[in-house]
Amino acid sequence: MSIATTLPRYGDVEKGLQLPSLELRITRRDLVRYAGVSTDCNTIHWSDRAAKAAGLPGVVAHGLLTMAMVARIVSDWTGDPAAIIDYQVRFGRPVVVPDDDEGATVEVTAKIGEKRDDNTVRVDITARFGGQSIFGRAYAIVRLA
Amino acid sequence: MALNQSFVGRSYRLPWVYEVGREGIRDLAYAIGDLNRAYRDPEVAKSFGHADIVATPTFATVLAVRSHHVVTDDPELGMDYSRMMHSSQRFINHRPIKPGDRLVCEVHVDDISSRMGNDYITLRSELLTEDGEAICSAIATLIVRGEKPVAAQEGDSA
Repeated sequence: MSIATTLPRYGDVEKGLQLPSLELRITRRDLVRYAGVSTDCNTIHWSDRAAKAAGLPGVVAHGLLTMAMVARIVSDWTGDPAAIIDYQVRFGRPVVVPDDDEGATVEVTAKIGEKRDDNTVRVDITARFGGQSIFGRAYAIVRLA
Repeated sequence: MALNQSFVGRSYRLPWVYEVGREGIRDLAYAIGDLNRAYRDPEVAKSFGHADIVATPTFATVLAVRSHHVVTDDPELGMDYSRMMHSSQRFINHRPIKPGDRLVCEVHVDDISSRMGNDYITLRSELLTEDGEAICSAIATLIVRGEKPVAAQEGDSA
């Protein structure tokens, strides 16, 4: 199975092609900054007290933040972020972000799951935190040149 | 704790226009750690065939989340927001969002259900220009987790 190394063209990519993997680090600082920009200030994303009261093991990353960060595995590959015309994620396990300098590490891999008509491909994405998948299913429909 | 089923089928329109600016596009890109220059440099974006810089693929979040609040903040819905998490999200981008776009947002309550002690609500936020051009359909299913600790650990892995 080959690994993509240059900006992709529709004619050159095949089902099974692996995109370069991505390692994300998410810290409390990221959560606070994202809360401000997105207006999602749900307390479970910044207060241990609130997270525990809600039955969570600790402060968790916004699903939309994780989804947005993970999209980079596709946009780094295409170069053009707007190539992503449809992107969907089912959130499985929350990413617990400790109050330390290391934060949480998420490992992201992706491959071409389907080559479709109209110069589009389906990129299937896997993201792991603590060795376990955090998404039930995640994929992007990508239009290539 | 069940959500008010009568909300299904309701629609709301945010009472203001969101004017997309370069700073907003850049701020969100930095907030998600995406340093792609197509968010900052018009020449890079033009090299991909765009007229100007483009927003991140999930930029519609800034309007979708605000539109969710219109529904979830209504006391009659009966949502405990502190127990709310995202179950799933989809962004269908009809065309890239760019500076100068003046966007309006209509949110539709498509579904409310209850499974295994958790409540679910599906909200579809349609982003349009003031002139009615379809920009993005952002479809979210939110989960209000029940009291069982097992649900808190595993979320919705269905």
